[in-house]
This record gives sequence, C-alpha cells and structure tokens, in this order.
Amino acid sequence: MEGDVESQPVADGTTAATDSVANGCSRRLTDDEFDRYSRQMIVPGMGKEGQLRLINSRVLVIGAGGLGCPAAQYIAGAGVGTIGIIDNDVVEASNLHRQVGHATSRIGMKKVDSLITHLKELNPLPTYVPYPFQLTPQNAADIISKYDLVMDCTDNPVTRYLISDVCVLVRKPLVTAAAIQKSGQLTVLNCPPTPQGLVDSEYAPCYRCCFRKPPPPSSMVSCGEAGIMGPVVGMMGVAQAGEAIKILASALHMPVAKNVGDNNTPEKNLKQPTLLIYTFDLESAVGPYSFRALKMGGRKRNCFACGENSTLTLEGIKTGNPDYVQFCSAPAPVVSLAPEERITAAAYHAAKEKGELPDHLLIDTREKEHFSFGSIQGAINVPFGKLLMKAAAIKRDGGPATEILPAEAVKSNTPIFVVCRTGSDSQETVEKFKELGLDNGGKRRIVDIVGGMKAWKQEVDPTFPYI
Amino acid sequence: MSGATETAEIPITVDFSGGLEMLFDNQRRHSVSLPAVDANGKPATIAFLIDYLCKNLMQDPRAELFVLDNHIRPGILVLVNDADWELEGEEAYEIQPRDNILFVSTLHGG
Ligand SMILES: [Zn+2]
Repeated sequence: MEGDVESQPVADGTTAATDSVANGCSRRLTDDEFDRYSRQMIVPGMGKEGQLRLINSRVLVIGAGGLGCPAAQYIAGAGVGTIGIIDNDVVEASNLHRQVGHATSRIGMKKVDSLITHLKELNPLPTYVPYPFQLTPQNAADIISKYDLVMDCTDNPVTRYLISDVCVLVRKPLVTAAAIQKSGQLTVLNCPPTPQGLVDSEYAPCYRCCFRKPPPPSSMVSCGEAGIMGPVVGMMGVAQAGEAIKILASALHMPVAKNVGDNNTPEKNLKQPTLLIYTFDLESAVGPYSFRALKMGGRKRNCFACGENSTLTLEGIKTGNPDYVQFCSAPAPVVSLAPEERITAAAYHAAKEKGELPDHLLIDTREKEHFSFGSIQGAINVPFGKLLMKAAAIKRDGGPATEILPAEAVKSNTPIFVVCRTGSDSQETVEKFKELGLDNGGKRRIVDIVGGMKAWKQEVDPTFPYI
Repeated sequence: MSGATETAEIPITVDFSGGLEMLFDNQRRHSVSLPAVDANGKPATIAFLIDYLCKNLMQDPRAELFVLDNHIRPGILVLVNDADWELEGEEAYEIQPRDNILFVSTLHGG
C-alpha cells in the first residue's frame, strides 16, 4: 500500500479548474498537506477538490467530552481548516476512559486547552479556536455564525435546544449525537439549511422537528449517574466526524439550487434524515439489532423554531425568550419532608459515633453497581427501582407493607435511615415508606440523609469511593 | 384482512431502546400477540398497543417513564417498521401482522 500511493502522485493542478466550485478555494496543496491527506484524497469521490473544501471549512465542536474528543480528533486529522471548541469543564480522571483527547498528565486542565494540545500534536495545520466557557443564549449566535457546520457534542437538553434554534436562525447544518450507558444516537439536521418559516417537504428538519419536547427531567440521568461505555459514545463521536467530513467535502450543506429543474440531487437533500441508533449489549456479541437506521420525518409546519408561524428570533434568544432552562425542566415531584425527617450526613455520622443510634436500619437505594464500590458500614442495599416496584406490588396486591424492608428491619419501630447517591431518591423513599404506613403512625422514625453519599464523601469520609 | 374473527390476534414484535428496556424486564425485544380489535371492536392501533403494553408487559411501576396523560411521554420516539410514526399516522396507525414497533428514548448524554 505504502509504495503504491507514493509512486503515483495525483497530478496536482489538473483539477484546478473545477475546484472553484467550492468558493474559489482552488490552489495547490502544500507538500505537507499532500503527504498528510493523501490516503483520504485517493478515496473515490473525495479527491483534491474534497480536501480543499475541508481545508477551507470551519467547524464548531460544542463539548469536549466523550463525543467531542473523537469528533474533533477525526476532523482535525482530516484537515478541516478551522476548528472551534467550546467547553467550560476541566479534565477529571473519570473522563479518561472515553474522552480520549485528554491525558492523565492534563487532569485539572481546561478541557478545551487539553484537547487542543492533543489536536496540535495530531495535526498542526488547522487553526484551533478555544472557547473555555459555556455556550449561552447570549453568546451562541455570535460564535455559531462564524462556522460552516456545528457538531453538538453536549450532554444536556438545554444546550441541545439552544444550539438547534441558533443553527436554524443563522442557517448552519447540525450534526448531533448523544450517548448514555449502553446506547448511542446520531442524526444530521438542517442540512442544507433553509430559512425559517419555509415549510415544504423539500426542506430539512431541525432538532425540534424531530424531538419536539425534551423528556421530563425525572426520566433523564447523566453519564455520572447511569454510566457510559467508552466505545459507545466514542463510536457516535467518530460517526459525527464522518458525517461532518462528508457534508463539507461534498458540499452537501450548500443550498440546493432552485428553479433549475435540477432533479438529480435528491439524495443529497437530507429532508428526511436518518437517526442512527446503536445499542451495546453487555450480554451478547454484536446482534442483529445493534445498529438501526431509522427514517425520521421532514420539517414540521408547526415547528416552534423553523415552522410557518415561528416567532423565534436571535434577539429573543439573547433576551431570554424562550427560556431554555424552564422548557427543559418539569415540576419536580414535591417532596416536603419535615425537618425532623432529615439529617445531614455529618450529623448522622456524629450521632452514630456517640452511640445515639444503637438500633437502627440504614437503607442505601443506589444501584447495586454503585453500592458494590463501597457503602456506609451496616447499610443494606435496596435499589430504588426495585423498591418502587415492590411498593407498587404491595399497593396492588395488598401484601404486608413490611415485605419491602429487609428481614432484619421488620421488627417494629426500629428507626430507618435512607441514603441514596445525591439525596433525591432517598427523600422519595421516605415518602413511599410513610405512604405504606411503615412509620407506624409516627412511632417509627424514617429519616432522609441529606445529600446522599455525595454529601457523605464531602462531610465525613473524603476517601469514600463515590461514583 | 380476510374476515378475521373476534378472537384473532396480530403477531408483532415490540422493541425497546435507549434505556426503555429497563421498564420491560430488561429485554429489548418482545414477541407480542396483540388482540386484533380493542374493547369497542375497533382495529388495534398504536394507542391501543401502548395501553396493552402498560397493562400486560411492563414490569416496572414507573409507568410515567413510558406514558404521561395516556400518551407516550415526551422524549420517546415511536417507529413503525423503522420509520417515524408521524409518517404513518401516529397513534391512529392500525397495526398490521408482523409489524415491528420500536420505542426509543431520546438520549442527551455525551
Ligand atoms: Zn424545526
């Protein structure tokens, strides 16, 4: 392979005349560029023209985490000329199993700087632009409008809806992906970008067209809580880079020429994009449904952002309309425990040390994987999901409520303390226990440990292996 | 389609993805024999299937992770034979034998 390519250098210059299609970016490749990009330039359909388009392109990577690292690595390697990266986090050791653009030696460094350090080593030719802060409704339009294509590599719906809305208004194609635990998703939106309000089946949808409303926060978990397999999120990030390279090298984001009667480019128009989903099954090898390509609908007439009567504007976004945080939050279940039903981790620990809690039960409602790394001495693990399931069964079938408790706790009036990971499931658990009458009409104390094991680590045991 | 009887069932597969499998015994694929008509004798639609799944297949009591106000909760995509259900008429789509219905939760992590 090596010798083959070197021995037949592409006749540089012969395609110069046609390169002008990409914004007059025709020029010779430098020797360095020629060496560096030769293997991808000889791929059918790519060529020098595609390479020059990449070199003249500007891509914004929003998020320098599990998606952003591989996404940025591959577009940098491929020679995208300007790469902007936004993130306000710093590198932590728990990132490194998946955020492969960082390094052990750069723990504590801003992710943006860490990733750019890596990318410069990989390919010094592109211009890298660091944005070591969060994307906000105030700065989004100014930043996004400087680029040709946006990669959404974020980890929360608030930013995802903001990115999409701005991409609609400043007309940028958007390659979006997400992953959690064992699942990943990827799709290309707004490509080619078309003006807001034009609704015709010819036009590509935005994020809101496909995902009208965010899931209620109660149904969402972060990678910190649910976990994430590195290759799952990595594959999605690499696929994002692949889509971006395709779009830019083939100019798929260029508006489709109108009134030309040009019917031979329907495949280029992603008016009905594909949603790729990947499921990583820890119990079996690659199965028939590990990858699925799903056909999404087109632009929606009534879409809040791109639809017919949309009132979305850049000015509005800057001044807080819509309110993204509110849009993505839902009325949380109101749990209002009385002060005596709550105790801080430090106070619980102190009371236990002083022997003020001789006979009590501590229930830890974290998932068993979390519990397996460590727990407070004497804690009994009853995962929250299982607990809710049992509670529902008792309500339905009317068994004794004490069935929900570990055998050693059935003895009446032994106080029960409940701890979870960050302090919200435990409050709900206390409520549920009271609903089931386990407080014996107030004779048994049921107490929530405020802030969960996270607080335990902060207040009591800094060496605790909190995950 | 050839003069089905009242007791007829429609064999379909129902898939869950993006974490929804958790609510259904951690199984991603279920073979379901769906009654061909609902209580009112109307052909089985996706709306009927959703109700049927809640009553017969869901293991987890957290139904609100799947349905809200009798509709599929926001953030879940429904696909009929791998196409977004809006292309097929959403809840009103009449289920056909051997259909594959996929419920995917929208992901946000990264
Ligand atoms: Zn839209």
